[in-house]
Amino acid sequence: MDTTEAVAAPLPRAARAAAPRAAAPDLEQEIATVGEVTVARPRMQVRGVSVFYNGKQAVFDVSLDIGADEVVALIGPSGCGKTTLLRCLNRMNDTIDGCRVEGKILMDGKNVYARKVDPVLLRARVGMVFQKPNPFPKSIFDNVAYGPRIHGLASHRDELEEIVHTSLERAGLLDEVKDRLDQPGTGLSGGQQQRLCIARAIAVSPEVILMDEPCSALDPIATARIEELIHELRANFSIAIVTHSMQQAARVSQRTAYFHLGRLVEVGATSALFTNPQHRLTEEYITGRFG
Amino acid sequence: MSRAARIRAGLARRHRAERRFRAYGLAAVLLGLAFLLLLFGSILANGYQAFVQTHIQLPVHLDAAVLDPGGGRDPAALRRADYGALVKQALYREFPTVTGRQERRALARLVSGGAAYELRELVLEEPGRIGTAPELWLTADDDIDMLVKGNIDRALPERARRVDDRALAWVDALDARGRVALRFNTAFFTAGDSREPEQAGIRGALMGSLLTLLVTLLLSFPVGVAAAVYLEEFAPRNRFIDLIEININNLAAVPSIIFGLLGLAIFINWFGMPRSAPLVGGLVLTLMTLPTIIIASRAAIQSVPPSIKEAALGVGASRMQAMLHHVLPSALPGMLTGTIIGMAQALGESAPLLMIGMVAFIVEPPQGFLDPATALPVQIYLWSDSPERAFTERTSAAILVLLAFLIAMNAGAVLLRKKFATRF
Repeated sequence: MDTTEAVAAPLPRAARAAAPRAAAPDLEQEIATVGEVTVARPRMQVRGVSVFYNGKQAVFDVSLDIGADEVVALIGPSGCGKTTLLRCLNRMNDTIDGCRVEGKILMDGKNVYARKVDPVLLRARVGMVFQKPNPFPKSIFDNVAYGPRIHGLASHRDELEEIVHTSLERAGLLDEVKDRLDQPGTGLSGGQQQRLCIARAIAVSPEVILMDEPCSALDPIATARIEELIHELRANFSIAIVTHSMQQAARVSQRTAYFHLGRLVEVGATSALFTNPQHRLTEEYITGRFG
Repeated sequence: MSRAARIRAGLARRHRAERRFRAYGLAAVLLGLAFLLLLFGSILANGYQAFVQTHIQLPVHLDAAVLDPGGGRDPAALRRADYGALVKQALYREFPTVTGRQERRALARLVSGGAAYELRELVLEEPGRIGTAPELWLTADDDIDMLVKGNIDRALPERARRVDDRALAWVDALDARGRVALRFNTAFFTAGDSREPEQAGIRGALMGSLLTLLVTLLLSFPVGVAAAVYLEEFAPRNRFIDLIEININNLAAVPSIIFGLLGLAIFINWFGMPRSAPLVGGLVLTLMTLPTIIIASRAAIQSVPPSIKEAALGVGASRMQAMLHHVLPSALPGMLTGTIIGMAQALGESAPLLMIGMVAFIVEPPQGFLDPATALPVQIYLWSDSPERAFTERTSAAILVLLAFLIAMNAGAVLLRKKFATRF
């Protein structure tokens, strides 16, 4: 009875397993980063960072600058370490058991992993937007006001309201929600929720915003809104964005860094990297040969 | 055979299996429900009569010569007066033909010994009544109560009956004059324990249970939640913490009487706390309830999506702020549910209380955490041990009260869960 399935099943499985092996050479080979990792006006400087999860290395000796007024896109196939590196920038990896970071990440010339640095202060300066919209199960107002409240940024209620309104405005959400600020943030649509999360992040006026695939759970229209927003935010914030979509990287970023198996393969101006990749792996990825 | 035909051939069998499985499930539910109904039904059938009590109406002459020979209306003197004599005189007047000493004694036993106290309360409340002869409903003796409620078989030979022919005739005579009635049994809710069933109430046990549970709640909820938060959020992952976790889970399975022995050895013998005290009972039940609350609270914390915590950390909340502002409020319904289930367990627990002396015969309802007290389940156990027929129905009635409390607590748990539930 099962004969047809038994014969049919192994074939595609074997084919699937064979495909990446054939398409991904140089696995164990050392990869030296191609391109310019430094910029003239850096906000954060990643220097020789390696990350280990329970002894297993996930990021290998990466150096990269996040410029003061630019959007840096981190691209690469799944499991290439781009999200891991991003979460190092505001020490979100501290919450993961067995995660160890080597190397330096400098902000204003000081290592954020130094003993004296308080991750709470660091995260107020380096905000984060997550892959899945994660508003608090509270009102829209309280969502945005939470950061300013805990940091004591507003001295009275009017000032707090001012911060909330400005943040929602800059996140392009104010017009849609101004009549229902007391409604729960979880009642918004996915795209609105993600913009609410962006408003929440910018409410504490960070210097850098980290975005971890902020559009992967959104439809194309909501994605377009977020991308527009990233353009506008670039004037005031440094942005590092992890994305799976090369089109998105091309649309929103000025510089792009391509990661492969935990190594930074190539970094450069976005236009140059996509039109004229220097490294063979980069070329293979952006031409869609694997990923 | 084609693919579709093969699937179709098996379909009937698969649907039959599903229907069979559903029938098993339904049968299991119905069986459980039937047993529950049987249990409630039998308790209710046994217990409902305890909520009414036979009373005998008598014109009691509040004789000033007996109550207040000095005439000073001194409360202390009024308290000491012989109210029993007045009750007896009222009965003798009702049956003037009864003259023999033995007979009169038997006649006086129709009314409860507690009637004298009822009379005293009445007089102390309003001393102006002295000298009048109001018609009063006095509590009947428990045997008379059983007779009136039909629990004593009149067809039995006199020797095998709790109520003899003489008393039977008196009760019938009183009944014929409309002087016997079933009235709401207030004593059951206002009195402490007593050797006389008609004077026994659950007030003492109820107060004891409430005081004990209060101690338990005040200690076990904060300690349990704090332990759960530490273990979930701050504890390092090492052997020592693993050991603690395993032991918390083991503690939940320790028989409750062991906790009673522990309480006896440590709280009473070592710390020198008083026996039979709600404080000690509360401490022992705290030990017993803690694992339940810790386990439920940890599960509740784990069920909060980690994205909420990350969001809080991402805007610069400290770990404690992320916990207090976001994780705990979302975990609260689960924690409260666990706590109330633990409390309900504690309310129904009797074994550990036996070990620390809360099983004593205590008449006065406790006024504080150090007064001797019993608890509802222990009271039920004590009454179920008593031979009087009237205690049987009181046992069932006490069970009904305990069940009412349990149901109220569980309903509270459901309401709290609904009120605080968050949607993500």
